[in-house]
Amino acid sequence: MIGIFAFYLFATLTILSGILVIFARNPVHSVLWLIVAFFNAAGLMLLLGAEFIALLLVMVYVGAVAVLFLFIVMMLDIDFAKLRSGFTRNLPIGLLIALVLLAEMLIAITAANSGPLIGDQPASTAQSNLSAMGELMYTRYLVPFELSGIILLVAMIGAIVLTHRDRGDVRGQKIHHQVRRDPEEAIRMTTPESGKGVEL
Amino acid sequence: MQTSIILIVFLPLLAAIVAGLGGRIIGKFASKLVTTGALFLSCILSWPIFIGFLTGAETETVVPVLDWIRSGDMVVDWALRVDTLTAVMLVVVTTVSSLVHLYSWGYMEEDPSQPRFFSYLSLFTFAMLMLVTADSLVQMFFGWEGVGLASYLLIGFWYHKPSANAAAMKAFVVNRVGDFGFSLGIFGVFLVFGTVSIPAILEAAPGAVGTEIGFAGMRVDTLTLLCLLLFVGAMGKSAQLGLHTWLPDAMEGPTPVSALIHAATMVTAGVFMVCRLSPLFDAAPGALEVVTYVGAATALFAATVGTVQNDIKRVIAYSTCSQLGYMFFAAGVGAYGAAMFHLFTHAFFKALLFLGAGSVIHAMHHEQDMRYYGALRKEIPLTFWAMIFGTLAITGVGIIGIFGFAGFYSKDAIIESAYAAAVMGGGNVSAGFAFAIALIAALLTSFYSWRLIFLTFYGKARWASSEHVQHALHGHHEDESEVVADHDSADDHPVAVREGTGGYHPHESPWSMLVPLGALTIGAIFAGYAFYYPFFGTEEGAAFWAGSLVHNAELVEAAHHVPLWVKLSPALVMLIGLGIAYNNYIRKPKNPAKFVAMFGGLHTFLMHKWYFDELYNLIFVKPAMWIGRIFWKRGDEQTIDRFGPHGAATAVGWGNRLTARLQSGYLYSYALVMLLGLIAAASWAYWWAR
Amino acid sequence: MTYNFAAIVPELMLIIGEPILMLTASTMGRRATKITTWGTVALLIAATIAALVGTEPSSAGPLFGGLLSADPFAVYGKALIYLSAAVAIIAANSWFARDDEHGPEYPILILLATVGMSVMVSATNMITLYVGLELNSLSAYILASYRRTDARSAEAGLKYFVLGALASGILLYGISLLYGFTGSTQFSAIAAALGRDEAMGIGLLLGLVFTLSGLAFKISAVPFHMWTPDVYEGSPTPVTTFFASAPKVAAVLLATRVCIEALGPAIDAWRQIIIFAALASIFLGAIAAWGQTNIKRLLAYSSINNIGFVLIGLAAGGAAGVSAVLFYMAIYVVMTLGAFLVVLNLRNAAGEPVEAIDALKGLSSRRPGMAAALAVFMFSLAGIPPLFGFWPKLMVFNAAVEQGLFALAVAGILGTVVGAFYYLKIVKVMYFDEAEEELHYACGNLEAAFIGLFALIVSPLGYLLIGPIGSAADNAAGALF
Repeated sequence: MIGIFAFYLFATLTILSGILVIFARNPVHSVLWLIVAFFNAAGLMLLLGAEFIALLLVMVYVGAVAVLFLFIVMMLDIDFAKLRSGFTRNLPIGLLIALVLLAEMLIAITAANSGPLIGDQPASTAQSNLSAMGELMYTRYLVPFELSGIILLVAMIGAIVLTHRDRGDVRGQKIHHQVRRDPEEAIRMTTPESGKGVEL
Repeated sequence: MQTSIILIVFLPLLAAIVAGLGGRIIGKFASKLVTTGALFLSCILSWPIFIGFLTGAETETVVPVLDWIRSGDMVVDWALRVDTLTAVMLVVVTTVSSLVHLYSWGYMEEDPSQPRFFSYLSLFTFAMLMLVTADSLVQMFFGWEGVGLASYLLIGFWYHKPSANAAAMKAFVVNRVGDFGFSLGIFGVFLVFGTVSIPAILEAAPGAVGTEIGFAGMRVDTLTLLCLLLFVGAMGKSAQLGLHTWLPDAMEGPTPVSALIHAATMVTAGVFMVCRLSPLFDAAPGALEVVTYVGAATALFAATVGTVQNDIKRVIAYSTCSQLGYMFFAAGVGAYGAAMFHLFTHAFFKALLFLGAGSVIHAMHHEQDMRYYGALRKEIPLTFWAMIFGTLAITGVGIIGIFGFAGFYSKDAIIESAYAAAVMGGGNVSAGFAFAIALIAALLTSFYSWRLIFLTFYGKARWASSEHVQHALHGHHEDESEVVADHDSADDHPVAVREGTGGYHPHESPWSMLVPLGALTIGAIFAGYAFYYPFFGTEEGAAFWAGSLVHNAELVEAAHHVPLWVKLSPALVMLIGLGIAYNNYIRKPKNPAKFVAMFGGLHTFLMHKWYFDELYNLIFVKPAMWIGRIFWKRGDEQTIDRFGPHGAATAVGWGNRLTARLQSGYLYSYALVMLLGLIAAASWAYWWAR
Repeated sequence: MTYNFAAIVPELMLIIGEPILMLTASTMGRRATKITTWGTVALLIAATIAALVGTEPSSAGPLFGGLLSADPFAVYGKALIYLSAAVAIIAANSWFARDDEHGPEYPILILLATVGMSVMVSATNMITLYVGLELNSLSAYILASYRRTDARSAEAGLKYFVLGALASGILLYGISLLYGFTGSTQFSAIAAALGRDEAMGIGLLLGLVFTLSGLAFKISAVPFHMWTPDVYEGSPTPVTTFFASAPKVAAVLLATRVCIEALGPAIDAWRQIIIFAALASIFLGAIAAWGQTNIKRLLAYSSINNIGFVLIGLAAGGAAGVSAVLFYMAIYVVMTLGAFLVVLNLRNAAGEPVEAIDALKGLSSRRPGMAAALAVFMFSLAGIPPLFGFWPKLMVFNAAVEQGLFALAVAGILGTVVGAFYYLKIVKVMYFDEAEEELHYACGNLEAAFIGLFALIVSPLGYLLIGPIGSAADNAAGALF
């Protein structure tokens, strides 16, 4: 009973906070609502017995991602009110599409009897879900796991490519240039004739 | 022999490609050299084959080239078939063609686009050789259309002249009518015999005698129908009465072209086809009767019109038409050998006459109206003698048993065959008709041929007022005060002719034109004498033709033994014609004018070529133009174009603007389209799942 | 569980070679770009050889518990992808070099994208599929905005990223539905479940629709094509060259494998969707290309149009249809790379890249060879008979007719006619219009050789290749059945 109550609480709060993320006027509030949504989702995971994923959700999404979002939203000088100007104008068609999609998805989900739902299989309790996930990831799904690593590598390279730049207008100290400097090319020995000066 | 056949046929094609595509690169001299060289080589290779058939050393040979069409029952292979009939055509085509090539060096000397001309000539020769070596009707049709194309190109060679373009189009369109018949004939042959291979058809022909077939809602005799359809094709190509109207107009082309295509070779294709399919025609007496009547009627019609023409080339053109009529009714009465014989001799003397006329025209700076000629025999003696021999040959001068010019043997063979056929086996009305017509036409032939000679070479010089000669004298200054000669000399408007030379002296043609004249003169003199027995002997003929056409030994034998008056009659009518011509054009030059005054109606009738062109204009051309305009304006522009290309273009433009609007550049509209697509697909899935 | 690493040697070569190259490059200073460029090309060629040589039948089956497959289908795709990626890298080399914007990261990113594509064509499990797809996509997003100083490039990258994320979401949702209703992410298991289920439930159908929609985005089939013109136009031209070649092959092959291997029993359900997408792509590609003034945009629509024809082959299904798809992609890649190589070498007097179609005016008189090559590519893309581009079109129509899809074939042929118009327009501009401004074409020898080679392949001489390519395509298609 308490489980069902908790489920509906978390689910309702997740959806509500999701809606508020979209409708909040202040972007900082949006991110804060997002954090609420993450917490509730973590709660749902806990109810399912997936405590590892629940903790990951809190640590990664709340601890890292959402905080990063906050930073960015606060640092960027974007007039969100202006961006939203077309919001109400496009709202009807957006709502219509959303409703149709929602209806179709609902019908699909309620047609659960049309196929074997995955939930039929009882979760194994012999293993902690941490070790179960570890085993799956490093054995059966090794290839996708490694590939995910490469995706992260791509993201890293991409971030460098797109943001790192040599700024020509800033003078910085290039130590390796200084260290590499050779006397032969730095100094020129001349014996100027009188009255002629040195050619630079 | 196999190699030489391949070479004979494909050398001209090669030369045509080289001169036609590479003419600009290799220059005119090289183009002329390549084409002429190739043709002479073909010619040199052809004669041994012909002589081989004469001596009996060669037999029928088929050289397979390639598989052409295989589609269900339809099998068409590309093979070169050389038998006696083909060998005759090979020498005719290659000899005349090579001589015409050579002649054109001189005649076309000043033309700016000589490579094109020589390329067309060689292309024509290739197509003609393809036609005569055809092993199947489809291959023959290929050659048939090929010569039609080359003829079209060459008639319209001087495409800056509207009259040349019109003549080229006319030739093409009139030939379409014939070709339509021919193609129907081929379809019919395939339908009946299930093959288009000529030997197979001829073999199967006797089996189809007496059968009937449905055509245009009627039951008709199969072979008669097939032969008549094929004969329609022959009529178109060989300018027989009804489909003859293009040939005189084709004289708009350069004169060497007229000599090669519209006298010696292409126009005889119809005769060749009838002879090639002679077993088929022989099995259809009804069709043969039609061939006889049409041939005879053409011989008479063209001869009558020829008597009043003023344009030197048109006289010879009508003469050609008339002689083709002879060939056809010879075939019609069953004397295929005689028809081929006349074809053979005619090629030489008619080419000679055309080239001689060309030489005259060349000397007279492209003046073609005989009324501006006169007294040319002193100015251009060699041409004069060539023309004399040509005329002797066409009028059939000779003494029985001793010697005669080419036409003497071949024309007499035809006339005698007609008589023999008429009296043989209880009488043949069509042959009798043909015999009578033949004599009248022979008289007319003699008259107009000598008229040509007398008007051109005798009398007083009359070229002072010729516009062309004036041009030659004064460069190209237009002199309005001069009497302007009539352009269309076929017209009967009297022209103001002043006597005198106007200070102009025609000059003899260069050697390149005289050599072909000389060579053809030899042919015109001896072709009949030398080849009479192989072509038309009873025994020798059977051996020579060796089954390549139907050799009716009985008929030939009968033709050799006709009464003496029949044998003498051609000579007699020839002399009468000569007499009339001499009387009216040498002794009393005023006579023709009096005649015209007396029989104005008849003269106008002949001058208008029996009103064929006017009639056709009224019943075919005008309605066709009218229907054509409806199809063009209503059908094409307002229906097909409007809903087809233009409609599609408009629709595409409209669609393009729509897509451009959708492609707004805004992310949300892109996402919207994606989601709409997704929803549409999902909704379809729901609908489909029901 | 045993791991058969021998079967994924090509991928391993790329994955291991990549950090080595990157680390080497980091110590090479100015020569880094050259090192990574040619190193990557060498790696790709080596991987191609490894892929072609190393396929024993024993290793062709399901690998890693059915996550991957190295069957002839995958090998065909890999060879095509590696080689076209190599050409795209070489093409970029001189283009960027002239602008001094080239970096060692460019070939590396293409290399990583290639690994992703390699996984895409080999994937036999939805999870591997998704990871491969994302690896390729992420690299592509970065490549699209590679010239970050250029606003158009940045915009292209952003648009591509946002719409790509949307498509990924759709795809993931579809995959999750399929997983939910079949109990597996394995292609073969999904197919088995679909085969068991006589009356397909709406849940499965919806999963199928969402999955296909997500994949349609990658192959830019209408209506999921909207990103294509903008991204093609905005991205640096070498990147566009890359986008139009290898990733298209990977995405088409991936979609084919999903349709046949995973959704095969439900062919009646997806055939309609594919037919609609095919016709919409053909006609929209042809119609929208009509008014374009930018040659890259035009080629974008050309690629949409061609994808439509490919989808006809897919709609036909069966070994013949799949073989036609594979054959089409091989020829399409050659034609597209050839056309883009010509475009890459267009420069105005100031040495700036030129993208306007008007710039092609009078090309025939100044660079007859280049104009002739582009004309050959255009005629071939239009599918005009003597050229090789006609043959794959014939094959897909043939496959459609064999399956009784006459209306589809006829409509496709009509689309060819409409499409021919804008291809011929380019030829007309090159050959019949007078030049307005001076153009420079400093085409490197290697590029000229590639253009010549591709033109030769596309020319009627290419018909000699029907045998080898055809049998390879037949063999590859056979692996799916």
